[in-house]
Amino acid sequence: MNTPDDLRYAKSHEWIRMEKDRATVGITDHAQTELNDVVFVDLPKPGKKVNPGDVIATVESVKAASDIYAPVGGEVTEANAALSSDPGLINREPYTNGWLFRIKPASLSTDHLLSASQYAATLKK
Amino acid sequence: MSGSVAESPLASCHQTAGARMIPFAGWNLPVQFSGLLQEHHATRQAAGLFDISHMGQIRAQGPGILTCLENLLANDPAKLTEGEGHYSFLPNDRGGVIDDLFLYRLGSEEFFLVVNASRHREVQDLLKKKEGPGARFTGSPGSAVGMALQGPKAAAVLAKLMPTGLALPERNRIVRAKLESGDALVARTGYTGEDGFEIFTDLKTGPKVWARLLEVGKPDGLLPCGLGARDSLRLEAGLPLNGQDLSYDINPVEAGMGFFVDVTRPRAFPGRSVLENQKKIGPPRVTVGLVGEPGQAPPRHGYPVFHGEKQIGEITSGLPSPTLGYGIALALVDAPAPALGQPVEFEVRGRRVPAKVAKRKFLQNR
Repeated sequence: MNTPDDLRYAKSHEWIRMEKDRATVGITDHAQTELNDVVFVDLPKPGKKVNPGDVIATVESVKAASDIYAPVGGEVTEANAALSSDPGLINREPYTNGWLFRIKPASLSTDHLLSASQYAATLKK
Repeated sequence: MSGSVAESPLASCHQTAGARMIPFAGWNLPVQFSGLLQEHHATRQAAGLFDISHMGQIRAQGPGILTCLENLLANDPAKLTEGEGHYSFLPNDRGGVIDDLFLYRLGSEEFFLVVNASRHREVQDLLKKKEGPGARFTGSPGSAVGMALQGPKAAAVLAKLMPTGLALPERNRIVRAKLESGDALVARTGYTGEDGFEIFTDLKTGPKVWARLLEVGKPDGLLPCGLGARDSLRLEAGLPLNGQDLSYDINPVEAGMGFFVDVTRPRAFPGRSVLENQKKIGPPRVTVGLVGEPGQAPPRHGYPVFHGEKQIGEITSGLPSPTLGYGIALALVDAPAPALGQPVEFEVRGRRVPAKVAKRKFLQNR
């Protein structure tokens, strides 16, 4: 399973890419495989404020709706508009064009999140 | 019920095929093989093969078996001629559904019931209480193999396995056949809205038939399919799932299945007075089809349904339809229900989403 080294991960299968005062969030390759074909996404609106661990988005396959949790707290700045017409981007390019939303983090600390190797280890259990 | 999970007799076939397994009704079953959407479309366009070994297969025999079944089931077993089958209900005293099932008549004093995995033990216990010298029931969970072959190419695929000189059964009929040198029952029914067959056989023959069907069906586009596609296919066809669209508290008349409740005969099957009355004056709640819009959140089981400001009911089954590209649902709502084409809304994560009342055979809304 693909887990890029430059990202941080939540146990609930979200990834986060920290860039200065902005962070991009998506779901991992493992998560998209488990979900199967994504056919609908509910994304947060810019300006929405969240705490770490809040339900912030929903990703739906034919079979089920799955909640996505905010890996960090802060204010949402952008949602990936391309997903509304092509939610399958989440399956095809989970770490790049299939990102879900961008957030201005309240804190730049990601110590509570996992490194790629730590996250990969959770998948082996 | 014990916490143990039973393996399908076809488990080793599924492992080889790389299926993703999930626990379902006490069984470890394939939820998908190549992918739900791919399997769904294969079944609509070519053929799909489903493991239904978890479903209960019960043999009912004896000189008193017809009377016994007549007093238990909502549809009239006496109407069945040898080799014929129909959909029926085992109602409780309130007219609610213990199980929905398929009943076949194999002989003048022999019937065959196919029941849901989730209700198999309960049905078995209930039938055991009705046993006597004239009526015997046999068949416990895990003792047989069942598979469903569904889709426009199903007949062509199965014909390749049928013994020379034995024709495929007609719709709603069942025949005994030797398949891969084993004894099998082949019925022409299904749960997808497509033409198709259900094959019932023993533990030894089952894996051989499964493997052989996959092999001979491959050039036609046959795919092994999981529970995921089974659910999306049955809902597109407007077919109910017991435990959701039917239940101990949702009776067949409310579920829109009153056609399969025969009150023209003198038998006092459980719940008869409730069902007969509701057939006559109409049930207090009715099941309607709902369609959403492309790009909107799909309806799901349990979502509230609104007509104007008033909550009129709840979605019993819902999902984004792979064939249609928008949400489809069955909803149980207060009678009288809004008419076909009327706008309603369902609530998703605190938000109202628009929908319309539609025919429950959703593929006919195209």
